[in-house]
Amino acid sequence: MSVKKMISHSLMITWKDLMELFRNRLGLIMLVLMPIFMMSMVGFIYPSATSTSDVPVALVNEDEGYSGAMLITALETMNNRTGMMTITNASGLDEVRNMIQRGEVDGGVIIASNFTSSLTSGKQGTITIVTDQSNPQMSTLLQIALKEVFEQMGTMLAQQNVEGLPGVNATNSLAVVKPYSVQTESAVPGHFSYFDFIAPGIMAMTVMMSVMTGLPAAISHEKEVGTLDGMMAAPINRLAIILGKTLAQTARGLLQGTLILILAVALFGVTIHGNILLVFAMLLLGVFSFVGFGVVITSFAKDQETAMMIMMTLMFPMMFLSGVFFPIQQMPWYMQSISKVLPLTYLADALRKIMVLGAGVSIISTELLVLIGFGVVMTTIAVPVFRRAMTR
Amino acid sequence: MQCHIYDGEVLLENKTMIEVKNLTKNFNSFTAVDHVSFGVKKGEVFGLLGPNGAGKTTIIRMLSTLTRPTEGTATVGGYDVVKHDSKVRKLVGLVSEKMIMYDRLTAKENLWFFGKLYNIPKNVLNQRIDELLGLVQLSKWKGSQVGTFSTGMRQRMNVIRALLNMPEVLFLDEPTLGLDPQSSVEVREFVKKINRENKTTIIITTHMMIEADMLCDRIGIIDHGKITALDTSTNLKRLVSGTDTTILVLEIANLTSDVIASIQSLKCVASVSQDNSTQIKVHAHGDEAFDSIIDAIRAENGKINSVNNLQPTLEDVFLHITGHEVRDKADQKIQLREHRHFMPRRRVR
Repeated sequence: MSVKKMISHSLMITWKDLMELFRNRLGLIMLVLMPIFMMSMVGFIYPSATSTSDVPVALVNEDEGYSGAMLITALETMNNRTGMMTITNASGLDEVRNMIQRGEVDGGVIIASNFTSSLTSGKQGTITIVTDQSNPQMSTLLQIALKEVFEQMGTMLAQQNVEGLPGVNATNSLAVVKPYSVQTESAVPGHFSYFDFIAPGIMAMTVMMSVMTGLPAAISHEKEVGTLDGMMAAPINRLAIILGKTLAQTARGLLQGTLILILAVALFGVTIHGNILLVFAMLLLGVFSFVGFGVVITSFAKDQETAMMIMMTLMFPMMFLSGVFFPIQQMPWYMQSISKVLPLTYLADALRKIMVLGAGVSIISTELLVLIGFGVVMTTIAVPVFRRAMTR
Repeated sequence: MQCHIYDGEVLLENKTMIEVKNLTKNFNSFTAVDHVSFGVKKGEVFGLLGPNGAGKTTIIRMLSTLTRPTEGTATVGGYDVVKHDSKVRKLVGLVSEKMIMYDRLTAKENLWFFGKLYNIPKNVLNQRIDELLGLVQLSKWKGSQVGTFSTGMRQRMNVIRALLNMPEVLFLDEPTLGLDPQSSVEVREFVKKINRENKTTIIITTHMMIEADMLCDRIGIIDHGKITALDTSTNLKRLVSGTDTTILVLEIANLTSDVIASIQSLKCVASVSQDNSTQIKVHAHGDEAFDSIIDAIRAENGKINSVNNLQPTLEDVFLHITGHEVRDKADQKIQLREHRHFMPRRRVR
């Protein structure tokens, strides 16, 4: 049977599958909603320094002197600018603890009663930050932010103190107090958020899901309702069925992928630094590397339900271990080694490198090779397995 | 005419369309089809009659290349169903018991899709779709999605879909299953018409005696994966009537259990079954049977409203050959892969 005929049969099957897809209104709505939910969900549930605002904080000033009042004024001025905290006055440590327990505040700041006297007598003034252990992420953020604030104020005070010394004046006082200046420079200029990290991962995952769940679901559904017999009884190559169905699922996956990209750029301010065509080429390569896997599962599963159960079991670990949501480097070594054998890891990684770092083909060559290799191996296994499974 | 009990030999004719030799299919330890052999002539309507799970569908699936035989061979139009499967596929059309069509596609789109899989050129296909839709009075639904069709309309679609490639052999697997009597008649008439006008060879499976009787030139009775008898409907019936069996349907106004017991006690009576409060069906043997039964009823003061001497039906043939009624098998279908409703149809009078 000629290749031309096979391709024309595949395209017929693709057309048929897409017609079914586009006429299923509810399904289509879900298809669009899924990436939107996914993006907003992961984007908003993870707290980040830039997104925290109006955190309720209790303030206790036990000091009656000049320095304590000055510190509070400085803190309020800074807070008015950033809007990070909502400051409530409290009487003492016990009240702050009670307020945290009642959930009224997320943390507290206590200026010790001997603050002014310590400073004037040449000792360190103590500021206590009270944290809420039940909310470790928030207390870490609060700690970092407050420490930063007090550090800056301390530096200002130190500058004033040293200015009178010999050889020190207003221009070099900062260098005397803080000899190091630390600056952060990112590999690519621009502002980055969690979305920049997550958007490529979610695109990779959506494509994987559409091929790995969509394909088995589509084939086993047709097997169950009997329509697959219509195709199997027709004089067409078995491969045309896989190819046609894969094309349809690819179109679906790419549609969702594009939607995520548009959402990421339009709503979440993600900037794409690499070549957009390379992004799509990578998504297609992702489809190729997952499709064999999907076909093997389809061949083994007798019905749609079984196929979906096998898929779900395999997909969840894949989703969480492939660095889609969290960087792989945060995982313990044994988990990292699992994630290194998952193709999704490489797809997400390559996409991230292209989209965030603006990488070209030569930089992602390892990822490319792994994905192509995985695809070739799985397809080689899948084709004979599928042929046998279909004519039992 | 002498009746012919099937003995495993295939009568080879010049125009044999389908030839099946020792065809066997095992599903793990279960033997669905057990060394079946038969031949079908070109233009013949051949029926496979048997209860659910007898192996009819599996035979059809093997002949249409959907299932690979475990043992034995089968040829369609001279081509082996395993070695030359793609050649066979071009020759055959399949009307499966599960309807092969996509609900979200329109009638035309469905036919177009399958037509393209058979490589039918565009203009030919367009014309053929119109013709086929016209044949089954579905022309005005051409642009409607098949999901909105009634069961009868869907089954008509299912049948014409299999005719797109103008097959030389048409397989019909329980084509009237779940249809109302009127739709069933329409489908049967259509099948007859196709056979008559296109000289299409047809293999039809059914568990309905009346259907096999109406449509088939020859009928193979299949039970537990084996063909136990194969002949024309008339000859099969002679198997039963030839054994001096008399079947009487009696309507007795004052039917009592005593009357039934009295009939049952007669030597010549094989079985008595009660159809309703006034009607019984009696299977009896011997020349004296009729008189003895009437006498027995009279002796009990039974008032006979009507007597019908039944011609044996295929159901009786099935009973005679397999030793059990078709519907007995309904209980056994649990062990089988297919779960369907069993709808016995019986001929009364």
